[in-house]
Amino acid sequence: MNPTMIPIPSAWILYLSAVLFVIGAIGVLLRRNGISIFLALELMLNSANLAFASFAFRFAGQGGHAASAINGQIFIFFIIAVAAAEAAVGLALFIAMYRRKETIDVDRFNILRW
Amino acid sequence: MLGSLWIIPLLPLTGFVLNLLLGWLKARKSVVNVVGIGSVGLATIATYWAIIDYLGQPAKVVVEHYFTWISAGKITVNAAFQFDPLTVVMVAFVTFVGFLIHVYSIGYMHGESDTSYARFFAYLNLFMFSMLILVFGSSLPLMFVGWEGVGLCSYLLIGFYFDDEYCAASGKKAFIANRVGDVGFLLGIFATFAIFGSADFTTFLPAAAAHPQQYAGWATAIGLLLFVGAVGKSAQIPLYVWLPDAMAGPTPVSALIHAATMVTAGVYMVVRCNVIYRIGPAALLVVAIVGGITALYAATIGMAQNDIKKVLAYSTISQLGYMFLGAGVGAFSAAIFHVVTHAFFKALLFLGAGSVIHACSGNQDMRTMGGLKKIMPTTYWTFMAATLAISGIFPFAGFFSKDEILGKTFAAGASNLNGFGWVYYILWFLGIAAAFITAFYMFRLVYMTFHGEFRGTEEEKHHLHESPWTMTLPLQVLGVLSIVGGLIGIPKLMTGHASWNLIEHFLDPVVIPLGGGHAGEMAAEISHHAVSPGVEWLLLLISLSIAISGILVARSFYYGERAFEKPRQFAERYPLLYKLVLNKYYVDEIYGAVVIQPLYRIFRFCWKAIDAVIIDGILVNGSAFMTELTGDILRFLQTGNVRNYALSVAMGVLLLIVILW
Repeated sequence: MNPTMIPIPSAWILYLSAVLFVIGAIGVLLRRNGISIFLALELMLNSANLAFASFAFRFAGQGGHAASAINGQIFIFFIIAVAAAEAAVGLALFIAMYRRKETIDVDRFNILRW
Repeated sequence: MLGSLWIIPLLPLTGFVLNLLLGWLKARKSVVNVVGIGSVGLATIATYWAIIDYLGQPAKVVVEHYFTWISAGKITVNAAFQFDPLTVVMVAFVTFVGFLIHVYSIGYMHGESDTSYARFFAYLNLFMFSMLILVFGSSLPLMFVGWEGVGLCSYLLIGFYFDDEYCAASGKKAFIANRVGDVGFLLGIFATFAIFGSADFTTFLPAAAAHPQQYAGWATAIGLLLFVGAVGKSAQIPLYVWLPDAMAGPTPVSALIHAATMVTAGVYMVVRCNVIYRIGPAALLVVAIVGGITALYAATIGMAQNDIKKVLAYSTISQLGYMFLGAGVGAFSAAIFHVVTHAFFKALLFLGAGSVIHACSGNQDMRTMGGLKKIMPTTYWTFMAATLAISGIFPFAGFFSKDEILGKTFAAGASNLNGFGWVYYILWFLGIAAAFITAFYMFRLVYMTFHGEFRGTEEEKHHLHESPWTMTLPLQVLGVLSIVGGLIGIPKLMTGHASWNLIEHFLDPVVIPLGGGHAGEMAAEISHHAVSPGVEWLLLLISLSIAISGILVARSFYYGERAFEKPRQFAERYPLLYKLVLNKYYVDEIYGAVVIQPLYRIFRFCWKAIDAVIIDGILVNGSAFMTELTGDILRFLQTGNVRNYALSVAMGVLLLIVILW
């Protein structure tokens, strides 16, 4: 690593991650459009990815356990893969929902109740 | 045959299983006869074979061990059979009388449908099996198996006509009354295990005999507990009430189970455990008192009964009282002697009564009988032999056994047995009084049934007939035995040789001598010199003349042209006494009011208040109702709106964060 470059402090990245997560969570709670909820959900997942990356970088840079760094990065790949699969299933669901009611407003899909 | 005794009870058991099968297949009666009578016949032959083997070998007690039945901690119960003089005497008459009654049943039950005919013989076979287990069993638990088995068969056979409510109820009454006694019997077995560590007769009886003083207290307790069982099974006061109602069963059943064999199981048990009773004098005294009082009490009820079988039922209770009186004065061989002779003459009386009932188309009321002597001579003469035997007329069987018991009771009084001499004198007097009443009610029965003119309807009169040979043959055989059966126990007084009293001599080894150092040894046994031969002859004459006077009174009351006049006058003069006796001292009513009604109320309360309200209402339905109510309220949380769920998840996460901070 080049010593002249000053690394961005890990805390900053974590702050960004937290902000992204909260934005995503609020999006999930407030949006009605299914795809918007999905986008907000992706945002939450990626905020987690960012946190993983930050930790991986931090532990690798400080001469810590090499395995810790690798673990953090591998987890990111897992999450990306899961998110992709989820998107595929979710989009298929939304298409099915749209065919039924001509909308994907989740508030209209509330027949599974008392 | 000795060495494989297990074959003997196995034969009737096989008969039972096959007869059940035959009943299911609706097989013909002749097939059932072959199986039912054949199995018991073979068992009888096998028994006598075993007895001959036994007499030809030196050992006094043969125990055949088959397998370990129960093994728990320090307690071991073996499935083992014991063959000793007492067993010999018991099985000899149980199988033989049982066989005769099986033969008799062919004729008596021929009117039944094929299915219930097979069912009847199946139950009889099962009874023989249980009874053999009872007498062969070498330990109290095994005896208890047979004890319960005969109780079950008694229940099944009393309720044989179970579509009749009275019969079904009588069966239940017998079963429940016996159950009360069985509680005591079981506790006695448990106590035996606790004190002696074993309930094998060959273990705990010698152990008790070796240290009589050490075990005296516990022996009294065990003896009393076991006697509670005997009181139930052998129908003594206060549990006798089931036996008169047990007459609801077919007459051969009354003869076999409720006269000859099962009801004597209590006497057998007391004699088997004689050591326990001898070292616990209080228990012995209780046995004698209960027996003596029952003998008189049941006899008085028998005087006023009009149902021919009810008279015999009370007579049986009374005779069982004699047996316990005998056992209670330490005259164990006399008690067993009376068991044997009673089996002969009482089985004969019941079978004769069955023959009469058969001829009278099922009618059992003696008031509508009479004059049957001419129509049924075989029944009459055999019945007469049994009546003379039970009345104690010389030289019929009952004379010897009853006199032996009364003589020993008097001797117990004279030798001041255990210091209770005066009690035994009173019991002797009760026994003599009962002997008078016995002769009276038996001849009342004979005169009402066989003499005078027939008092039934013309149609019934037309139907009267002597019974078929399958019924009269057992009557004749038992008739001979009722006449000569007493010869196995001729008292020393008459012959001058103690060894001529075969049964007492034979049963000698059963009464195990008590160990040394027992201060009460002399008191616990009747002194043979307490009563001089002159007094013995006098006692003999007293009981004989008492019996004859009973017969004469019955004759003046119920025989000849002025029959029934004196009893009517008597009833008019003492209406209260007459009603009291006629209604069996209202004991059933008293039990109903004192025991059954309160229990009924308690259980009704348990049912209505505890079961229906608390358990079913509050606990079962209440918890279901609360669950439903909670669900009814909480289900509104399920809005079906995804964003609400997401919000709950978010809130949950926040809550967790706050908590974990």
